[in-house]
Amino acid sequence: MLRFIVRRLFLLVPILLGVSLLVFVWIHLLPGSPAQALLGERATPQSIAQINHQFGLDKPLYVQYWRYLVETVGHLNLGTSIKTFRPVTFEIENRFPATVELALGAMAFALAVGIPLGFFAAKKYGSFFDHSSLIFSLLGISIPIFFLGLILKYIFAVRLGWLPSIGREDVLATRSHPTNFYILDAILNGDPGALWDTIKHLILPSIALGSIPLAIVTRITRAAVLDVQNEDYVRTARAKGLPPFQVDQRHVLRNALLPISTIIGLQTGLLLSGAVLTETVFAWPGVGSWLKDAIFDRDYPVLQGGIMFLAVVFVVVNLIVDISYAVINPRIRLS
Amino acid sequence: MGLKKLGLLAALAALGIVAAASASTGSKQASNALVFGSSSDPVIIDGPLVSDGESLRVVDQIFQGLVGLKPGTTQIQPLLATSWTASANGLTWTFNLRGGVKFSDGTPFNAAAVCFNFNRWYDFPGPLQNSAVTYYWNTVFGGFAHPAAGSPGPDKSLYKGCKTKGSHLVQLLLNHRSSSFLGALALTNFGIASPTALVKYKADAGTVDANGVFHPTGTFGTQHPIGTGPYMLQSWQVGNKLEIDANPLYWGPKAKLQRIIFRPISDPAAQLQALQSGEIQGFDNVAPQDIATIKANSKLKVLDRPAFNVAYVGINQAIPPMNILKVRQAIAYGLDRATVASKFYAGRAQVATEFLPPSLNGYAGKGVPLYPFDPNKAKQLLQAAGQTLPVPIDFWYPTSVSRPYMPDPQRNAEAFAASLEQSGFKVTFHSAPWRPDYLAQVQSGKAEVYLLGWTGDFGDPADFDNVHFGAFNPQFGFHNTKLFNMLSKADQETNAAKRTKDYQQAEIYIMKFLPMVPYVHTKPALAFQKNVVGYVASPVALESFATVSYSK
Repeated sequence: MLRFIVRRLFLLVPILLGVSLLVFVWIHLLPGSPAQALLGERATPQSIAQINHQFGLDKPLYVQYWRYLVETVGHLNLGTSIKTFRPVTFEIENRFPATVELALGAMAFALAVGIPLGFFAAKKYGSFFDHSSLIFSLLGISIPIFFLGLILKYIFAVRLGWLPSIGREDVLATRSHPTNFYILDAILNGDPGALWDTIKHLILPSIALGSIPLAIVTRITRAAVLDVQNEDYVRTARAKGLPPFQVDQRHVLRNALLPISTIIGLQTGLLLSGAVLTETVFAWPGVGSWLKDAIFDRDYPVLQGGIMFLAVVFVVVNLIVDISYAVINPRIRLS
Repeated sequence: MGLKKLGLLAALAALGIVAAASASTGSKQASNALVFGSSSDPVIIDGPLVSDGESLRVVDQIFQGLVGLKPGTTQIQPLLATSWTASANGLTWTFNLRGGVKFSDGTPFNAAAVCFNFNRWYDFPGPLQNSAVTYYWNTVFGGFAHPAAGSPGPDKSLYKGCKTKGSHLVQLLLNHRSSSFLGALALTNFGIASPTALVKYKADAGTVDANGVFHPTGTFGTQHPIGTGPYMLQSWQVGNKLEIDANPLYWGPKAKLQRIIFRPISDPAAQLQALQSGEIQGFDNVAPQDIATIKANSKLKVLDRPAFNVAYVGINQAIPPMNILKVRQAIAYGLDRATVASKFYAGRAQVATEFLPPSLNGYAGKGVPLYPFDPNKAKQLLQAAGQTLPVPIDFWYPTSVSRPYMPDPQRNAEAFAASLEQSGFKVTFHSAPWRPDYLAQVQSGKAEVYLLGWTGDFGDPADFDNVHFGAFNPQFGFHNTKLFNMLSKADQETNAAKRTKDYQQAEIYIMKFLPMVPYVHTKPALAFQKNVVGYVASPVALESFATVSYSK
């Protein structure tokens, strides 16, 4: 197991080099330059040339790439934003916890609703409930997130006033956030009011973002349960006279969870790479909306540094998925 | 049976969450604080280093310049200077400074502080000299004491030096005459900061990485921006909120609300919903399509910002046949500007007949050729120019953008194309995302005919006319020495009446020469909760929260 983990971590080196080259080429292929993005209507040929010179953008691409590698690898520096002067590491430190909380909230919602829904749909195979759950999950995956987000906010924030529509906590609150994981901070501070406030802010964005994994989890659970409940060992358990609840819990659901765990890992990896639309609609200060702005600003250091960081996250999450897969199913050996 | 119980428990838990949530709604209005929805975080809270609206909105509350603007106008009025005079040659400006003013760190405001700030700006290190960082110093003062490669030096600088004459009299020395100088001083970019804080918190210290990017190591602009304004920074959590509190040492009437909180919300729909739900009490740049919704809500209101912008159809004379005046006149007659203004601006636009907005000195009003929509006249002009009808033109418009002067560029472009095609042109559309793609095309002179606009930075005609037509500009593609000289002379004229007349003549000339066809001046809108009172909208968005409060 340890050898497997070390080998996978070593694989990060070529992956990151490849990602850095791809990102570098991609952002330099985009039309426009940071100078034009920064100056907008106020750009003049002189000011554009001045900025290009300052940032070395008038140098050949290979020179720029080499300088970038030297700065990133040589000085272990992900760079500083051309627009805001803020270091990429500062933004990641601030924003990634928000993205993680939202991703986990979305997955928690998807699992809490999706697994029971898929399970009962399979148990009531062919029934009205089964068809309804299929339609429900289809709707989840086909409604655009920004639209679902706006609708949810309109109902629960604007009309009913039950839940907040923006941000991570009450704007009037004055709380310390040592870890930037607000839920964790609230627990560490022993502040139930803060905990509830944070959860309240998390509910609507989690539902909006969780609608996609919800649909996938529901359908995978349904299919897995349908498969497993016809297996010989389930029939044997029933024949032995085991109560239906125990059969379902110990034999059906547990075995059906294997494919679901794979989906959970992959989906969480995707969600961690930033939910641009959800973060924008709910003014959620995560990495997705930050990187979206960086694309429009042609903020090269932010794009390069931010995407490199997300590549590492994605690889590590996938590694964790592979390891958890082996833990859940001891028959699987990592090699 | 067990699973049914489990389902029942889950349903009860969900109900419990909803019930608890309903018992405690989202954040609501506090009596001594106001939450304003901004579209982004500030870049940094240091006036000379920013030019974006959200940074300036905060800077405006914390810093003050020598002169200010009468609220809601572009009229210059005393602020940290109580009076001023210019020497006969216009090269020495003497300012009497207000007494008894302190920075929020308790240090005194005086002549030495003014000189310290001007010299700081003039001495900015190389990485801060590019126009993306110090746009307004570059635009108004034009040069630096120790220029980096590619930056303008002292020979290009309007600023020559600063002299103190006692503790409350200061002289600013210029290298040449400029009348826009005084108007520009009203920009809070030139607000005076505490010299003690600038040094203590290392305002200009920083490192430059291998990519040439400046990384400030001081904390002046992020944690300790110390000015003389009615508010001072309380805290800034990037991405979450920025709080300013009333400055207890403020020399003027104290701010009515103790705290203003700026909350970054980039999505306009999210801003509107946050206003409707009461999570914010106001936001800026309301989309025209949302104005009816806000007006229909008895708890909300719309506040108009006076028109101080222009949307125009640009014409690049470097691309034939746009170098022919009659062709440009045909375009002007072929644009149905009245229909566009009435159909696509929700009643918030007036047809522009010249480049300057009507509220600005130098707006001619009379004697300007008007070019009403006249397809036959346009065709005649094209034929008189020796063109074969239809004349093909490449018409550019931006996508993924809504500007205050151009909320829906595509519909504007489509309407203009229809009227131009009636007028003897054959239009081919080109579009690109606004920033930076579209602007790159237009500003590098690759677009033949295009939509663009401008919002004024300060109340001076030079900020419109000289910026666009005062020198060769690839997007317009012309070299017109007569126009360049007219605008240069107008800018240097220190007699206000003569200066206004010079600009009026320049306006008439511009509309005859037609480097572009202006089509609307619009009134941007702000939205507030109905009980918010005292906010005075300014044409240049120089707005104070100090007078804002809640009605009973």
